[in-house]
Amino acid sequence: MSVPVLTSSAKSLVGSFTADAFAAHLASLPPLPAWWLERKRAAFERFSALPMPVRTDEAWRFSNISTLTLDGFTLAAPASSVPHAPIGIPKAAKLVFANGRLFSRETLAADLAQRGVIVDTLQNALVQHGDLVREHLLAQPPKLGGAKFSALHEAFLTDGAFIYVPKGVDLELPIGVFSYALGDTTAVFPHTLVVAGENSRVTVIEYFGSANDTQAQFAAGANDLYAGHGAQITYVGKQDWSHRTLSFQSNSTVVRRDARVQSLNLHLGGRQARHESLSQLLAPGAFSEMLALTVAHDEQEFDQRTLQIHQAPNTKSDLLYKNALLNRARTIFSGLIIVDPDAQKTDAYQSNRNLMLSEDAEANSLPGLEIQANDVRCTHGATSSRIDPEQEFYLQSRGIAKAAADELLTFGFFEEVLNRLTNDDLHAALRTLIQTKFTK
Amino acid sequence: MKSATETVSSAPPFEEAANPVAGIDQTKGDFQYDMTYEFDAGTGLNEKTVDYISSVKKEASWIRDFRHNALKVFRSKPMPTHWATKDLENINFDKIRYYLSQGQKPKRTWDEVPDDIKKTFERLGIPEQERKFLAGVEAQFDSEAAYSNIKEIVAKQGVIFANSTEALREHPEIFRKFFGKVIPTGDNKFSALNSAVFSGGSFIYVPKGVKVAQPLQAYFRINAENFGQFERTLIICDEGAEVTYMEGCTAPKFSTSTLHSAVVELVALKGAKIQYITVQNWANNVFNLVTKRGVAHEEAEIKWIDCNIGSRLTMKYPGVVLKGRKARGEVISIALANDGQHQDTGAKMIHAADETTSNIVAKSISVGQGRSTYRGVVHIPKHLKGCKNNTECDALLINTNSRTDTYPAITIRGDRNYVQHEASVSKVNEEMIFYMQQRGLTEGQAMSLAVNGFINDLARQFPMEYSVELKRLIDLEMEGSVG
Repeated sequence: MSVPVLTSSAKSLVGSFTADAFAAHLASLPPLPAWWLERKRAAFERFSALPMPVRTDEAWRFSNISTLTLDGFTLAAPASSVPHAPIGIPKAAKLVFANGRLFSRETLAADLAQRGVIVDTLQNALVQHGDLVREHLLAQPPKLGGAKFSALHEAFLTDGAFIYVPKGVDLELPIGVFSYALGDTTAVFPHTLVVAGENSRVTVIEYFGSANDTQAQFAAGANDLYAGHGAQITYVGKQDWSHRTLSFQSNSTVVRRDARVQSLNLHLGGRQARHESLSQLLAPGAFSEMLALTVAHDEQEFDQRTLQIHQAPNTKSDLLYKNALLNRARTIFSGLIIVDPDAQKTDAYQSNRNLMLSEDAEANSLPGLEIQANDVRCTHGATSSRIDPEQEFYLQSRGIAKAAADELLTFGFFEEVLNRLTNDDLHAALRTLIQTKFTK
Repeated sequence: MKSATETVSSAPPFEEAANPVAGIDQTKGDFQYDMTYEFDAGTGLNEKTVDYISSVKKEASWIRDFRHNALKVFRSKPMPTHWATKDLENINFDKIRYYLSQGQKPKRTWDEVPDDIKKTFERLGIPEQERKFLAGVEAQFDSEAAYSNIKEIVAKQGVIFANSTEALREHPEIFRKFFGKVIPTGDNKFSALNSAVFSGGSFIYVPKGVKVAQPLQAYFRINAENFGQFERTLIICDEGAEVTYMEGCTAPKFSTSTLHSAVVELVALKGAKIQYITVQNWANNVFNLVTKRGVAHEEAEIKWIDCNIGSRLTMKYPGVVLKGRKARGEVISIALANDGQHQDTGAKMIHAADETTSNIVAKSISVGQGRSTYRGVVHIPKHLKGCKNNTECDALLINTNSRTDTYPAITIRGDRNYVQHEASVSKVNEEMIFYMQQRGLTEGQAMSLAVNGFINDLARQFPMEYSVELKRLIDLEMEGSVG
């Protein structure tokens, strides 16, 4: 690989996100707790001091460093309209953000609100539920190489979603969070914080999109998923930023005793999109299922970094990341399973499958393991190949044209991941979304 | 030269009869003779060290320049600790002795070899092995080969088997063409170090169509404390030729660290086959940082069989550049890491032509606080078609505090190639142990049997003598490790 070497001094360390821009951002905020503003200032200091990634950083191996930039972006102005089109799944509540500010919302049914469920903006939650937010908001350290971008996110985070489900409450319908970026050069910093109390159950659907596919935007988002004892969280994220967007997203999951978190990220948009996902299994019985589907088109680069940390015995994690690569697209999957010395009886799985659909696409896999306990079951696998010619032949021999056969087999490739979803409506909606990506 | 006095530094008494084959039992090599060296480059590394080595070897000026340039490259390169273990920082290059020898010309018969050196190799069983099953042997003692011989019948076929000093002097027309081409000086910090101070190692040329029936063997012995051994091996197998090369190594155990940093280059021309077998059994104070790579031309085959049992830290990733159509590369790797050891091994497969195939099978066993690491690269660049790679890594963890890591990197471009990688980590199956115990085996015996079963399919690919001994060694290593 010949990537031009750029020293960090050749690029500005802060780009458009200068001290003046930060001061303007702080001035735009409503009154918020002092601890939070203090944390934002500290985050800005960290962001300003940290170097940009360089080619020799292991955490950025194979990433295209030369196209990472912080220059030429502007802090988002309030939006007057958003292209929000519901995908037809009934929801318990909905928050729509445009350029980092709440644009519209559908509130919870009264009975759920009475039982203590909270679906609100982060700004409101910081004021009204400060202790709860403080305990979980960006509480996990960035471990996957994106410390600079995580600090940038924290410094410029304007508003986001706060979802709290108290002990024992089971939310039948999903909660929707929509974040839109509007305008050329716009920078957004979406955030979703989900706190699921003991034995509660909740599904969150998050969508990231741009109004106009030709606008060059910048996104540094994050989400925190916290599953208390016995809680169940299902999180589905759909990233569909404009094809000129530079996107960083950091996902942090904490799973307590007997809790279960299933997250599925669908990656479609962006010019260069990095997604870091950290799962921490803190107590026996914890289970984290990490799923991702990527359709990489044109010159897109999808850079996925994952870390499964087993910190307690009898924990389980299962990762399945599937990428379909077309045109000149590139994908990077770098995964690591860490099993701590006393995390005996760990059951960890990690799998990356790349479907090569063009002569010019490039798939990089770095499936890693660091195991320090002996009574474990850890496996990983990575494959990269085209559509299986035997399967293709079988379908053709049954009278299905090659193009149609390939399409069927490609959808079948994704179906393995979508089948893990228990919500049928969601399954159908995602399937449609993927299929439109192929037919367009 | 002084007569030698013998010091045995290992605790268990040495039993000659118990180990008919050398280079395997970890305690086997743990003895040392006090030597007075005729040639000594002193301690530390600078331009004078390089000049000294070049002068005593009476080298051509291009080699001297090559060495000086390499020293500059070595100094300019940082330690690769951004991905490798920090243990590398414990190497003190100023405290190492870079060249020690009794002379630059190896003897052709064991009778001519100085007594103390001869005793060393007899004790390691080298002359006996040579009689039994080898086509040629080179025995290196510290910096130079003390003995080098090839059976007449093999020499008559035109096979050249010499050490690096001799070959560069006597056959420059063959070796200069390939020397430093597979592994350039600047490949990494340690290949640069080797290029600056290399001494010893085998140079082999097998002419067109010659199939060497018995293996050629090199044995590397470190005798001196604070020593650095930097052998350089180059094997060229001409069109349609075949050769098997085996290397073994031991050193006495010192409290200070010893450095072994070899460079091994293989060239398999059209249709040639090279099999390179290593049984690495350095003492637990040796840093073993070796660069090994082969280039396989059209329809050629290079197979590395790499077994790492000794050393404090081994970093070694044998590679094959698949340069010609239908070339094939293979790495079979067994690593055993016990207390105080880190086996950081793996493989590199660089596909550079259509229809090339590669296979990597790596098995590691971590015992006690041992740590084993698999690190691999598989690269299939653009516009190649019909390339295939298969990688399997299995790790077995014996004790609760054993550790294993897996860090593969796979890059594939285009839709006409195929790669698959699989790795698993597990412990010994409890049911299996229980079954054997209820049939009357002790837990230790059952464990040994299970571990031998784990590597059995790979151990079978070793020559008989080695695979038998490998099993015995694993039994030894597993003793007392249960519970």
